[in-house]
Amino acid sequence: MAKVLMKGNEAIAAAAIKAGCKHFFGYPITPQNELPEFMSRELPKIGGAFVQAESEVAAINMIYGAAGTGARVMTSSSSPGMALKQEGISYCAGAELPCVIVNISRGGPGLGGIQPSQADYFMTTRGGGNGDYRHPVYAPATLQEAVDLTMEAFDVADYYRTPVIVMGDGMIGQMMEPVEFKETTRRDLPVKDWATTGTEGKRKPNIINSLALDPAELEKHNFKLDARYKEMEEKEVRHEMYKVEGAEVVMVAYGTTARIVKNAIDALEKEGIRAGLIRPITLWPFPMKAFKDIPETAKALLSVEMSTGQMIDDVKIANEGKLPVHFFGRTGGMIPAPEEIMDKVKEILGGGK
Amino acid sequence: MLKDNRIRMIIGHYGSGKTEFAVNYAINLAKEVGNVALADLDVVNPYFRSREKYEQLQPFGVSVLSSYVKGSGSDLPAVSADVLAPLQDKVSNIILDVGGDSMGARTLGRYKEYFVPGEYDMFCVVNANRPETQDVAGVLHHIDTIERAARAKVTGLINNTHLLRHTTVEDVIKGQELCKKVSEVLNIPIKYIGVIEALVEELPKDLEGTVLPIKMIMREDWM
Repeated sequence: MAKVLMKGNEAIAAAAIKAGCKHFFGYPITPQNELPEFMSRELPKIGGAFVQAESEVAAINMIYGAAGTGARVMTSSSSPGMALKQEGISYCAGAELPCVIVNISRGGPGLGGIQPSQADYFMTTRGGGNGDYRHPVYAPATLQEAVDLTMEAFDVADYYRTPVIVMGDGMIGQMMEPVEFKETTRRDLPVKDWATTGTEGKRKPNIINSLALDPAELEKHNFKLDARYKEMEEKEVRHEMYKVEGAEVVMVAYGTTARIVKNAIDALEKEGIRAGLIRPITLWPFPMKAFKDIPETAKALLSVEMSTGQMIDDVKIANEGKLPVHFFGRTGGMIPAPEEIMDKVKEILGGGK
Repeated sequence: MLKDNRIRMIIGHYGSGKTEFAVNYAINLAKEVGNVALADLDVVNPYFRSREKYEQLQPFGVSVLSSYVKGSGSDLPAVSADVLAPLQDKVSNIILDVGGDSMGARTLGRYKEYFVPGEYDMFCVVNANRPETQDVAGVLHHIDTIERAARAKVTGLINNTHLLRHTTVEDVIKGQELCKKVSEVLNIPIKYIGVIEALVEELPKDLEGTVLPIKMIMREDWM
């Protein structure tokens, strides 16, 4: 299929439909509104259902119900709306329900603002909800990647029976870029024999539940989930290395920020300063092992984020105390400029401004 | 450009590049005449609105009118009453940059009294690489819904077919053929071809419409 020009939110929605998503439940919030709008127009055409819920809390619980039937389902929101969904996400994790949740994040805290932000890193990777759970978090940096990862997210959700988050900052949702919808090689997925599809009198009822009355049973359940998370940490990590070889400063950035950092790296290179980038594509599981490939030339790490510093905690864990870890961030909806990042790199290297 | 009527509405699907076209058109027009105002009537999109480029446009002699509510953090559907001044002042040139689709074109209804046939132009920006406007039926549907909402008629087409920096001459030609067919159905001319500067020299010379070289002002360099 030829490339078409799409807005990020539309592209993610189109990718979800392409991946077999037939049901969407959501509540409007800027800057992700084009996503539910697209779903409301397209899902009825393929016999699916679009439901505008009365709130984000209602939407995520509709996801719980619909995912329980084994259908491919999606909801989307933006930061404050995602905060509301956390309880439901925890329930989905507990009940082992596959679903894909999109967060097109904006400035916070509170109602915040509508401009792009990456300040939901903690909420998204540390579990905004209660209990011992994790879920994969994909952080695309281009719209093509957003399309590919959204399609992948449905497979990963089904394979591990887990909620999966696709997180783009507002810029990823609002920008336009050429995309194409490629046929992907699908994973071998288990049959959903746990789904509540009606017993027809032939089997015992399947029960979708996250309540456990016996602590020993709950511990067993949590250990089972944990084994699955460990498998994800082993198999599902994704990252990109950019010009890390020979770099004196290795930056860590994801999403839109990673694009800006790449521009800064290229401009620094022209000035004879070697810098590189580790770009996590999965924020959870975080690419810890990538930090083992940082070359001897590196003098420092620099985490660049559209926040006051959240991913930097994972960078420090991955670094294992080897190199000094610096930070540069803009927040509240402000976007870092390549020049600011270049200045920070020069400052770290002692060159001053 | 000078032959166009002094009230120009720029409409189109979001992603067609209408804001980029409107901004470039305004800059070019201001080189020729004074009193150029660009009214950002976008009440649909929260990002990439012409009001963001207020400071960049001022030196070119283009005044930007938008919302009373300052700050890019607002997506309130508010439009400044300042828009009325250049609409009423017969020596002013005004470009109305109308946000996304028929929903966005509703804002035009409020100015209906100024849209006297023969005294305005309404240009429809077409990008044949947008999924909804890839064929004649798509473009016609789009024009029809916008005309109903705006209560004004499209007077010219703008072939603005692009894939941002990845645009090729073939893309432009594909868009031109689509616009040609739409032009025949509706009996309206292709007025402009919006093309990124790098491709201007490579275009065939016999295309209908004036070529307007597009500088990508709305898109940041790092994108």
